[in-house]
Amino acid sequence: MQRRQFLKSTGAVLSASAFGTLATPAILRADNAPIRIGLMTPLSGVVAAGGREIAEGFNLFWEERGHEIAGRKVEIITEDDAGNPDTALQKARRLVEQEKVDFLFGNLLANTGLAVANYVKDNGTPYFIPVIAADDLTQRQRIRNVIRVAGYTASQMSRPLADWALKQGYKRVATIGQDYSFGHEQCAGFAQVFSEGGGEIVAQLWNPLNTADFSPYIGQLASMNLDAVFAMELGADATRFLKQYSDFGLKGNLPLLGAQNFTDQSVIRTMGDECEGVISSAHFAEGSENPETRKFVENYTKKFGKMPSLYGFSHYSGALWVGQVIESLNGDISDRDLFIDTVLASELPNSPLGRPVKFDDYGNPVYDIYIRKVVKNDEGKFWNVPIETYEQVSQFWTYDPEEYLKSPAFSRDYQGIKK
Amino acid sequence: MLVDSFAKNRPAIIAIAIVLLVFGIVPMFGSNYQISIATEILIFALLAMSIDVLAGFAGRTSLGHGAIFGASTYVVVYWTSVVGGSPIVAVALGILAATLVAAVFGMLASRVSGVYFLLLTLALGMIVWGVALRWTSVSGGENGLRGVGRPEWLNDPTVFFYICLGIVLTLSAVIWRLVQSPFGLTLRGIRDSESRMSSLGYGCATHMFIAFTTTGFFAGVAGALYALFNNFVSPSTVQLSQSVEGLLMAILGGIGTLFGAFIGAAAIILLENFVSQYTARWPMVLGFMFIATMIFAPEGVLGAIRRIFRVGKKS
Amino acid sequence: MGGLNLIQLLNGLTFASLLFIVASGFTLIFGLLRIVNLAHGALYLFGGYIGYTVAGSTGNFFLGVLASMLCVALMGLLLDEGLLRFVRGFDLRQVLLTLGVAFVLNDLALVLWGGDTFSVPIPEMLRGATTIGGVFYPKYRIFVLLLGVAVFAALWLMLNRTRLGALIRAGVDDAEMVEAMGINIRRVFLATFMLGASLAGLGGVVGGAFLTLYPTADSEILVFSLAVVIIGGRGSLVGAAVGSLLVGLLNTIGQVMFPELAYFVIFGPMAAILAFRPLGLFGRAV
Repeated sequence: MQRRQFLKSTGAVLSASAFGTLATPAILRADNAPIRIGLMTPLSGVVAAGGREIAEGFNLFWEERGHEIAGRKVEIITEDDAGNPDTALQKARRLVEQEKVDFLFGNLLANTGLAVANYVKDNGTPYFIPVIAADDLTQRQRIRNVIRVAGYTASQMSRPLADWALKQGYKRVATIGQDYSFGHEQCAGFAQVFSEGGGEIVAQLWNPLNTADFSPYIGQLASMNLDAVFAMELGADATRFLKQYSDFGLKGNLPLLGAQNFTDQSVIRTMGDECEGVISSAHFAEGSENPETRKFVENYTKKFGKMPSLYGFSHYSGALWVGQVIESLNGDISDRDLFIDTVLASELPNSPLGRPVKFDDYGNPVYDIYIRKVVKNDEGKFWNVPIETYEQVSQFWTYDPEEYLKSPAFSRDYQGIKK
Repeated sequence: MLVDSFAKNRPAIIAIAIVLLVFGIVPMFGSNYQISIATEILIFALLAMSIDVLAGFAGRTSLGHGAIFGASTYVVVYWTSVVGGSPIVAVALGILAATLVAAVFGMLASRVSGVYFLLLTLALGMIVWGVALRWTSVSGGENGLRGVGRPEWLNDPTVFFYICLGIVLTLSAVIWRLVQSPFGLTLRGIRDSESRMSSLGYGCATHMFIAFTTTGFFAGVAGALYALFNNFVSPSTVQLSQSVEGLLMAILGGIGTLFGAFIGAAAIILLENFVSQYTARWPMVLGFMFIATMIFAPEGVLGAIRRIFRVGKKS
Repeated sequence: MGGLNLIQLLNGLTFASLLFIVASGFTLIFGLLRIVNLAHGALYLFGGYIGYTVAGSTGNFFLGVLASMLCVALMGLLLDEGLLRFVRGFDLRQVLLTLGVAFVLNDLALVLWGGDTFSVPIPEMLRGATTIGGVFYPKYRIFVLLLGVAVFAALWLMLNRTRLGALIRAGVDDAEMVEAMGINIRRVFLATFMLGASLAGLGGVVGGAFLTLYPTADSEILVFSLAVVIIGGRGSLVGAAVGSLLVGLLNTIGQVMFPELAYFVIFGPMAAILAFRPLGLFGRAV
């Protein structure tokens, strides 16, 4: 009996699923049909927390607009990419070929973003990537319809921090980073500028993603006689590294510098004193006194009960940016080429950053970048507060773009270090 | 003679005809997306079948076939994109690589059985995954490798689908012949009683080694097709969950039924697509499916149908 | 750069100690009940989260440990009596069922606690570092090291000096024999299962305080535990201890000296042992 029921219900589910995926007719659209946006974000898997914030930030903007723009309704179809490139590809196919979305948005991990970018390269669907930071997507391997609205390249953000470190008189620095492209690129941005300014990169350690125990690495860092450590970690690795750095008594004795994600809200919101005082660099600082930033942080906190992370902020701003372009086109984005050209020529005047942002010639935004410090605010929560600003930093720092692009892309073996 | 062999192979002929019929018509009214889903089902059905040969006919449950499958995917993408070689050569090399990996696995695993076989293949699969993740200069590490796309003549999804259908059906006929052959019967003998078979003079370890390597070949074909299909490879293609899903497909369809793999693959892939439209809780659904299958229908869908059929015949 | 020193040795030992706590539970269940409980990692993660919640709200680390061990033992009871009872006697169906349970529990933890990274708050007296053998080392890790030794001693005494222990040892060798002696082996099985599960819970809290808790912590610790048990041999306490030491030290050596081969350093030896000594270093044929 039990068994038969099981079979019956399985059968029902199966036929329903066959119906769902195989028999939905293609949707015929009238001119004033809704704009359909496919949002891909990891809602399960190891980066699920960041993935949820992507959805929150993105949806916050559209809710503020009542899911309507330029007189057209906006429909958002959200798909879970599970932080897995194979899944992301499958979902991208579904959104483009089955749901017929007008454009794609999102993804968190570089590998998922690169997989989807490779897919839309062939079919021309506009794909917006606020947090997919792989350098080459706006450098050596640009894809026209893959656009970094409100995004950044990995190495862009860590360069000013190296300059700042030199000014503090640090001479000997070691880097530790997650062993994949995002880590290689962020560490390289720092290592290149730091070594060119006369500093010495004593060692570069690479830990695999999801390193349970950092003590072997921290043991090495402690014995190198350094002036400071530059750490590139994100998610659970960042939490663990900060915690173990403090456990081993290095905090307070050996200054700790971090890449942008290292002290992001997504990391420090669950932490205690271990994260206090860490210096990092990014274009967004939730503790900034800029009134626009204040307003955004307050709204976000009121709505979700937590301060925005880079993920939430970037997707809110990205939605704002694209929304504005859609308005300037009076809601008609049927001409893809025109849509893409308009986005690339546009700028974002009114973002939560409180300063205008525009693209460089290679489609990567130019930002004023803050050097930030983690401090406790009046409510006892830790946040990042700007202590210095580097104005108008592009992905090419002070280099000539054409010259710069002649050098190889950053990898574990090529870090741009000047010997 | 002809009639005789028809009678013997009737289940396979019927099954292949059904698959041909069901899948063959998909491109006639399906969209490109639906064709791509059907293609994916075919590829994973082949992977599940390769697992089923060991699980159903040799009594060895492998959690390493996802890694063998992915090894082939890696080689194909590497050869076409990094080396810039021809896709045909790439596919041949991919299948060869998978077969070699399987031979190494087989050499180590042919002497163990039961839960230990499961654990050993799991561990070996983890090594492949670890290599893919950490050998960044070759494998691209976490970011994986992006392919250059299918060759012009394969680019149309419908053409590619029919080619996959042809390859998968041909290989399923080959696998059917294999398990019906004297070699297949020996495997079943070992499954039922290893000690009896070795006292009869059969080299059990040698048979297991050959069986494992052969199934590695089939998994390798599936992996090569997957490379052409996805045009991308990353460590998630060789990770444990790939082996787990392949095994679940084989189990859900029915261990030892071979063609159940098509049902299992279709059920899981369609369900994943269906469920994900409503909730992000796919891992939970998959887990519950695993539990329910183990408790209520360990013989799988096809196995259950077969049993009900038999009961009906008797009464 | 990158030589092995006392700090690295201690790092390997503390990690080994945590592994032992988790893997000893795993090996007890595997040894006596013949169940490879692939949900053991998920129990670890759940235990960690429960410990985090309780320790966080009461401010007492040890209450967190207690709550976690009790809750996870209860989960073990539900798993054994509620699900595994339907597949008794089928090795592979048991393994695969626990794999399904692992998926469900992992996803459930994501729903209940979200995906943020948490660490269990540790008591004031264990914070900070102290000097040991001339090097500066965190007090909490020394506590973990000692706890591992204490758990080993307690389990050894329990197995060798109590009636339950005698039954478990007899059961590992020959369950039918024990049954034939008129003893309700089911109750012994159940007690072992709950004990093994509660060790996973203990590991979760202890490990969650220095390795943190996050959505894939379960599969990572599970894979390490599998390596320990495979190397050490099913059901052997000494085997679990030796296996933990080996895996813990190999892990440290791998990360420091062969970063590119970090996984191979652990799984290579494990595969070799399985292939040539399928029952592990201390496992006995049944």
